[in-house]
Amino acid sequence: MSDISYLERQNEAQFGDFVALLKPRVMSLVVFTAFVGLVVAPVPVHPFVAFTAILFIALGGGASGALNMWYDADIDRVMRRTKGRPIPAGRITEGEALGFGLALAGISCVMLALASNLFSGLFLAFTIFFYAVVYTMWLKRSTPQNIVIGGAAGAFPPMIGWAVATGSISLESIAMFAIIFLWTPPHFWSLALFMKEDYSNAGVPMLTVTHGRRVTRLQILIYTLVLAPVAIGTAFTSIGGPVYLAVALALNALFIKGAVGLWRRDEEVALDDRYAREKRFFYFSLLYLFGHFAALLAEAGLKYFELGGW
Amino acid sequence: MAITRDSDMHRARFSRNMGLGFVLVAFAALVFGLTIVKAKTGSTLEAFDHQPRVTLLPAEAPKQ
Repeated sequence: MSDISYLERQNEAQFGDFVALLKPRVMSLVVFTAFVGLVVAPVPVHPFVAFTAILFIALGGGASGALNMWYDADIDRVMRRTKGRPIPAGRITEGEALGFGLALAGISCVMLALASNLFSGLFLAFTIFFYAVVYTMWLKRSTPQNIVIGGAAGAFPPMIGWAVATGSISLESIAMFAIIFLWTPPHFWSLALFMKEDYSNAGVPMLTVTHGRRVTRLQILIYTLVLAPVAIGTAFTSIGGPVYLAVALALNALFIKGAVGLWRRDEEVALDDRYAREKRFFYFSLLYLFGHFAALLAEAGLKYFELGGW
Repeated sequence: MAITRDSDMHRARFSRNMGLGFVLVAFAALVFGLTIVKAKTGSTLEAFDHQPRVTLLPAEAPKQ
């Protein structure tokens, strides 16, 4: 009988490496928006079912993150920011990441369907497909509009949360989708303006590289202007109310002001102050999205005390 | 190498095994909790054993 030999692998994966495959920071946005979508829906959900549903929506989001890291391992090896990820660092093989991602995707969709309803499970499966196949495989490397359409994947979670409660789609859930969908381009492109990434070496067409920074600044402004009426208009649906309207008016005024500021700026001026304004706009965009969804949550909370709404 | 002594491999894999163990226990607890909740909130409970399945029976006419 031969000895069981242990091949010395210097960088053996730890538990944390598999957690890193799930992109925990992206998951936090998924958890928050799915939670809001579930809570603002008119049908009450048992807290334990709600917890389970959000857990598996987040896990489904994590699965698409793992599939993304499997497919994009070649890009991640080239770019400085992503070199330390588990696959480029050699701690997890590409095959392991693929298996892990597919297994988690299957578990999360089945468990979501069992915990809530079949429609939500199928919706989650579609979201994972959209992010892993439509965005990662088809669009990311072929068009500078990649993040515009890819942003849809990040915008589905509140719709899934709503579907968990109601089993359907409605004007309100589409409004929440539209806010995140239209918010994604200004959010990412402002990041692209100051993160001088080596995207071009990696073969990813970023708008700043393909069409220049001037066009990117204009596109940020256009999307911000289109976003404002959608975000403010949501106040007049059944999930909105005066509190949300006040928050939306203030945040959108500031967001448009910031976008106009970015559009007017010269590249030299921006370089001189190390992109301070672009960075401010980027961080404000996070507050912008959080503020809208927190206000929707506040309206739902007020309704519980028979306040809120119109 | 005696099987009773920890090798480097055992030490390296300890945290991973603990993590996986925790996840599996948490998953079992979750499914158990869901079962209790579904039963308590009166979801339709059907089994494939010795009684007719409610959803497969023809709808009864409303009582006059």
